[in-house]
Amino acid sequence: MEIRKINAAVVTETVKKLFMDMNYNIGSDILDALKKAQENESSPVGKNVLEQLIENHKIASSEEVPICQDTGMAVLFVEYGDHVAIDNGSFEDAVQEGVRQAYIDGYLRKSIVSDPVFDRINTRDNTPAVIYTSIVPGNKIHILAGCKGFGSENMSSVKMLTPSAGVEGVKKFIMDTVKYAGPNPCPPIVVGVGIGGTFEKAAMLSKKATLRPIDTHNPDPRYAALENELLDDINKMGFGPAGLGGSTTALGVNIETFPTHIAGMPVAVNICCHAARHKEAEI
Amino acid sequence: MKKITLPLTDDVIKDLHAGDSVLISGTVITGRDAAHKRLYELIQNGEPLPVSIEGEVIYYVGPAPAKPGHAVGPAGPTSSYRMDKYTPALLDRGLKGMIGKGARNDEVVQSMIKNGAVYFAAIGGAAALISRSIRKSELLAYEDLGTEAIYRFTVEDFPAIVAIDTYGNSVLVTG
Repeated sequence: MEIRKINAAVVTETVKKLFMDMNYNIGSDILDALKKAQENESSPVGKNVLEQLIENHKIASSEEVPICQDTGMAVLFVEYGDHVAIDNGSFEDAVQEGVRQAYIDGYLRKSIVSDPVFDRINTRDNTPAVIYTSIVPGNKIHILAGCKGFGSENMSSVKMLTPSAGVEGVKKFIMDTVKYAGPNPCPPIVVGVGIGGTFEKAAMLSKKATLRPIDTHNPDPRYAALENELLDDINKMGFGPAGLGGSTTALGVNIETFPTHIAGMPVAVNICCHAARHKEAEI
Repeated sequence: MKKITLPLTDDVIKDLHAGDSVLISGTVITGRDAAHKRLYELIQNGEPLPVSIEGEVIYYVGPAPAKPGHAVGPAGPTSSYRMDKYTPALLDRGLKGMIGKGARNDEVVQSMIKNGAVYFAAIGGAAALISRSIRKSELLAYEDLGTEAIYRFTVEDFPAIVAIDTYGNSVLVTG
């Protein structure tokens, strides 16, 4: 295979479009789930909240304004073909520039501070983005991007379960995390679960799980069944839309897994609000 | 649906009950994490505040930038519990109402009862919809904080729900 040259400006433009698009236009997976939930919601208050969320999506899309003022921290999962060379710049700089332009030109909120503990000075362009890159065979670049609001990010958790905990232990940790989050993460939520790997791999998988469309299932039927079971159980908890009570606490549960160590069973739960914004592109 | 005009009087606050849907009109001040930290530190040090909070309603929000022709960008509520540490001190200084989303801790609820204050919930994530009820935005303090600066919003029929009333009753479902 020949080395393919990709201009850095093409990467920047692609990233910029992804972040502007995801902030104005929610995916059909979420919109369909909200509409279905609105029909089935048992609480009148909850029904009304869901109706307003659907209306909010219409306004955001037609006026090209962000769905939510928290336009998040930019996260990108990149599959970078090993036969790609970037012309006129570096890949990292090109991605960060795309994020910068999207947040400035797209009227998106800049929510990133330079130092987490001491300075906490706003970087004013929402950079840096968090970028996870894996090198894959081929001459293309695939980007899966999301913007993660922190109302729900703060309600997320990782636990190093051990093998004897079994599937019951996994379920309990997920349910406990959702229960602790309660009305805070803007329910109805999307629950991203990462199981396996190491401490940080589980957390990364859980983030990736929040970016998977909720009308898809884990390809392993055992995990797909677990996704359904957890969704049913969470919706019996009663938090409801906006935490004001009702039968719609979650819109979806997505599980991603990875092989792990004989001594371990890491589980990460990344909670995402109903504005689960994600888009992908291939260059 | 109750229509409320600000500033809040004690009589109005006493007549608000958890679960009431309200439409709020008048002016509110905004403030979230960083502004709360600064106000709290000034109170702790006995120094004057850059804005008066007496009799005010504070909206926990960090708006997105306004597009040309818009009064304000999308501006939905942020999670209130992060302000819990600072809230009793503000209520002691005369703050009468708060608008946010999600739960509050017991110290805040007790301080609300003691000081005769009310906590409203707006719908988290309905930011584009909510911003239609915000007519005007003026910078009041802490411009350096960007979206976290303190603004004065003029609101008209701003939709909210009485989440915790001045009697300590809550409509929020908590774990």
